[in-house]
Amino acid sequence: MRGLTPPAALVAQVAAGTLACALAGCGRPGGGAVVTADGSSTLYPLSEAVAEDLQRAHPTTRVTVGISGTDGGLQKLCAGDVDICAASRTIRPTEAQACDRAGITYVELPVAFDGIALVANRKNTWADHLTTAELRRIWEPAAEGRVSRWSDVRPGWPERPLRLFGAGVDSGTYDHFTHAIVGRMHASRSDYTSSEDDNLLVTGVTGDELALGFVGYAYHEQNRDRLKLIPIDDGDPSNGAGAISPTPDTITRGTYQPLSRLLFLYVSRRSLARPEVDSFVTFYLQHAADLAREVGLIPLPESAYTRARARVTSPTE
Amino acid sequence: MSAPVSGLPPDLPSAPASGRSSASSDDLRAPTAGAPVEQAFHAIGFLALLLPLLAFLVLFVSVLADAWPRLGWGFLSGIPSRKPQLAGILPALVGSASLMGLTALIAVPVGIGAAIYLEEYARRSRLTSLIELNISNLAGVPSIIYGLLGLEVFVRAMHLGRSLLAGALTLSLLLLPMVIMTSREALRSVPLSVREACHGLGADRFCMLRLVILPMCFPRMLTGIILALARAIGETAPLLTIGALTYVAFLPDSVHSAFSTLPLQIFAWISRPQTSFHENAAAGIVVLLAVMLLMNGFALWLRARLQRRLPG
Repeated sequence: MRGLTPPAALVAQVAAGTLACALAGCGRPGGGAVVTADGSSTLYPLSEAVAEDLQRAHPTTRVTVGISGTDGGLQKLCAGDVDICAASRTIRPTEAQACDRAGITYVELPVAFDGIALVANRKNTWADHLTTAELRRIWEPAAEGRVSRWSDVRPGWPERPLRLFGAGVDSGTYDHFTHAIVGRMHASRSDYTSSEDDNLLVTGVTGDELALGFVGYAYHEQNRDRLKLIPIDDGDPSNGAGAISPTPDTITRGTYQPLSRLLFLYVSRRSLARPEVDSFVTFYLQHAADLAREVGLIPLPESAYTRARARVTSPTE
Repeated sequence: MSAPVSGLPPDLPSAPASGRSSASSDDLRAPTAGAPVEQAFHAIGFLALLLPLLAFLVLFVSVLADAWPRLGWGFLSGIPSRKPQLAGILPALVGSASLMGLTALIAVPVGIGAAIYLEEYARRSRLTSLIELNISNLAGVPSIIYGLLGLEVFVRAMHLGRSLLAGALTLSLLLLPMVIMTSREALRSVPLSVREACHGLGADRFCMLRLVILPMCFPRMLTGIILALARAIGETAPLLTIGALTYVAFLPDSVHSAFSTLPLQIFAWISRPQTSFHENAAAGIVVLLAVMLLMNGFALWLRARLQRRLPG
């Protein structure tokens, strides 16, 4: 290329700027100190908020937050690909074994409560509440191809198609929902629109008058004016009679059953030894309560965060 | 170095003149029964030009109307945020620019090298025609396939992770067939008489390439490359596949850094249900369009400038 001096010089000038940045590093030292988080989309709004606030407070910090679902995130954690996994359920024995085999130890930190919210389109005038029995009839594997109209759910409801939206199979929300509603984890009909990203589900339900879906409570909170919340009656008067809507109060007191749950961070011990991961986790636990409220999740009692901080600093569980 | 080239007609005289030539042949010909057909064809052609222009205009105006309140320095220099009013596009913009720079650095030398070999050195054989066939086929492979390949080879097997380098290598694969094909066409545009003149003066192949052929066809090559890059800057699917869709609020500082790009940021915003994020997406689209226009404009300018320089 050296022979074609004038054109080559021009190209070199053009490329030089970007390349200098890309290769030499824009004059900033230390390229690798990035905190990587991945996992549940239910917890994504909180992790994103923490990452953003930390970034604004300390511009040198570098945090990435991905959405792979709880399954995907835990796989990456146990493969050593990420430092932190956000999970909307506890780790399964098989996953814990995978971590063991890879020699990765981790610490489990509860960071917020969540309820799975049942949502429909704002134009839906008929669905005032659903019972857990009805939900089971809608979502169980046997419902595939049979429960396809609203009138199949409850007589008197419109004889129009029922279009379902829900968490994808890599999502902890899916695990919890199937476990709580169908009775068996990972058992459900498959003819519904699924995504690990709740944003897409909200968009889907917003655009379809005949939709019924379930999303993390935070996603309902952020889209109150676009979604209709459907209260759930679990038929058990001991935790509140009648149909109950998810609210911070009903979720914390455990009356919004069976769709309340805890959300966790799983942090690799090896990563915790790195100061940037440690300071991210510390910042997370310090600000989780305020930021959870802001993004629509339900904070834990302050004592839970104190215990979690102690768990981070103690060398062993 | 430009001495052997002087006096030669600049290449490509036909392309810009073709519009006029049909008009002049119209004038020369006496009006016959074919004239109404001619006029109808003229109108159809004009309509065919107008439709895509109109579609683009409608698209652009509606996007611009959505984007207008968000466009500003704060948007260009800000980091992504959960609050749409605060969200900015700087990491994505810098990410796209670095990704393109790195991609060009990888794809252009390899692509031009391959083109030179195929066009100037390789003997015609079954093998070379098989390779040629494959290259033209590869240019038509959907970009997500390159994404899957990149995920398996660069991200997993080579342990590059979701880094800038993995992204650039993946996009380079996508670009290579296009770069090779446009470079070969550029090499082929140099008239045979020039080559014969070189040989006649006793120049060897390398000397001829270095002093005559490459300088002559470089503007053409460059245009092709920049147009290919401008296409690549809008690629989303392969980058989604290698897992680059994450919240990244910092600028990439090495080839191993995590990154975001303009199309990925637009995708992330558009997938949010809140309409204020859609305004951000629209503003992101305007920025992306501006970058593409700049690149295409730069290609035109560079080509004009280099072509003017050649005969002198």
